[in-house]
Amino acid sequence: MKSAKYEKRFDGRDWEELRPMNAKVGIIPRADGSAMFQIGKTTAYAAVYGPRDLHPKFMQNPRTGILRCDYNMLPFSGHGERVRPGGSRRSKEINLVMQNALLPVLDLTDFPNTVVDIFVDLPQTDAGTRCAAITAASMALADAGLSMKGLVSAVAVGKVGDKIVVDLNYDEEAFEGGAADIPVAVIPSTGEITLLQLDGEVSKEDLMKALEYAKRAANKIHELQKKALKEKYHE
Amino acid sequence: MNGENSKMKTANALKVQDRDIVVPGELLCEGEGFVHGKNIYKKENKLFAGMLGMVRIEKDIVKIIPLSGKYMPKEEDRVIGKVIDVLMSGWRFEINSAYSAVLPLKEAGSDFIPKGADLTKYFDFDDYVVAQITNVTTQNLVDLTTRGPGLKKLRGGRVIQVNPTKVPRIIGKDASMVKLLKDSTGCDIQVGQNGLVWVSGDPEKEVIAINTIKKIEKEAHTQGLTENIDAFLKGGKK
Repeated sequence: MKSAKYEKRFDGRDWEELRPMNAKVGIIPRADGSAMFQIGKTTAYAAVYGPRDLHPKFMQNPRTGILRCDYNMLPFSGHGERVRPGGSRRSKEINLVMQNALLPVLDLTDFPNTVVDIFVDLPQTDAGTRCAAITAASMALADAGLSMKGLVSAVAVGKVGDKIVVDLNYDEEAFEGGAADIPVAVIPSTGEITLLQLDGEVSKEDLMKALEYAKRAANKIHELQKKALKEKYHE
Repeated sequence: MNGENSKMKTANALKVQDRDIVVPGELLCEGEGFVHGKNIYKKENKLFAGMLGMVRIEKDIVKIIPLSGKYMPKEEDRVIGKVIDVLMSGWRFEINSAYSAVLPLKEAGSDFIPKGADLTKYFDFDDYVVAQITNVTTQNLVDLTTRGPGLKKLRGGRVIQVNPTKVPRIIGKDASMVKLLKDSTGCDIQVGQNGLVWVSGDPEKEVIAINTIKKIEKEAHTQGLTENIDAFLKGGKK
């Protein structure tokens, strides 16, 4: 595996430094729970509706409520070309991985035959969107008063050139000398990983090191999530 | 016995204080000193928050009071519902919850309703009703009754929605808050456990009542609320 030299990060950050973050809870009054999460230029708004009646009926599960995610990049959010509105193969995949990343903390057994809907909209993106979406969604679920065993914090780590970095932006993801992008979602209170994808090439050693970075970064995000949730009720 | 010593031990094991806001997964206490109440889970001798909410510690019981969330139907609760469907032998009501509720014919009132009668004569679409929940199954199928004191169809007035977790504050201790509202605005007020509130009276007074209810909802967690609201109502009348 050859990798080109990457001496300094494009935006001057440390290798393990996250972009500036901002989080807010309860921003959408008509939703049952909502949250905003911003990391660098990537912004995600999450709205939770439910538990509510689920139709079509064949989708109902009499043993538990189900979780449905809707990830949506707005047309003007991308870098170059306008993003075509509506679902795509990519958004379909992200809906699924979001659902898988969030379900391990969520307990919907008290709500059989219902659905909890999460809508995540991204008005501005600069890589790491699925991680921002998961982070915002987990805050919105907590805000909706659902039974959860913890929050989920997600961050992308990866290898840009020959360096392992945290929270890649678009320029780094598109690095000419080769980049590996690894979105990771962690339950910080238990240390479990609920999302792990990989786009690119890394050695086993580098992957293990990247995951260590991811866990540390997730803890930082978790602190911000906690602060945002508590702020809503402290006036 | 060294009761004081064990008390110290349990106090040290606590990681949070009474009335703290906690987030899901937050460590509440370590060791065996505490019993876990609602919305808390236990793992390896440690208690964790299972929900966003306010911690309450009563003696050795730790529990979490939810601050948000949908209404969960409970037996004997008095709720306000809206007719969304007329069935073969009853009505289906929307009760501001994840589940709808059914009012069977024989629970509809003291009058005998003959078979094949036009049920919309009794309760039509979009009618609001104060009803009591008689039964909730494990799958959350809900049955209602409108037979009982104070249970009736609501005519006129307006219905507003509040956070169901704040309903106890709107009612107040021994219904003191509702009584205060009724007395000072002259409005007829019905508060459903499901977070729907019906207000009927002089239109201007209705607005005052609704604004006051919104204020109670917003300040539900503060202490001395009844006095504040009393002052607010007196100030608003001038």
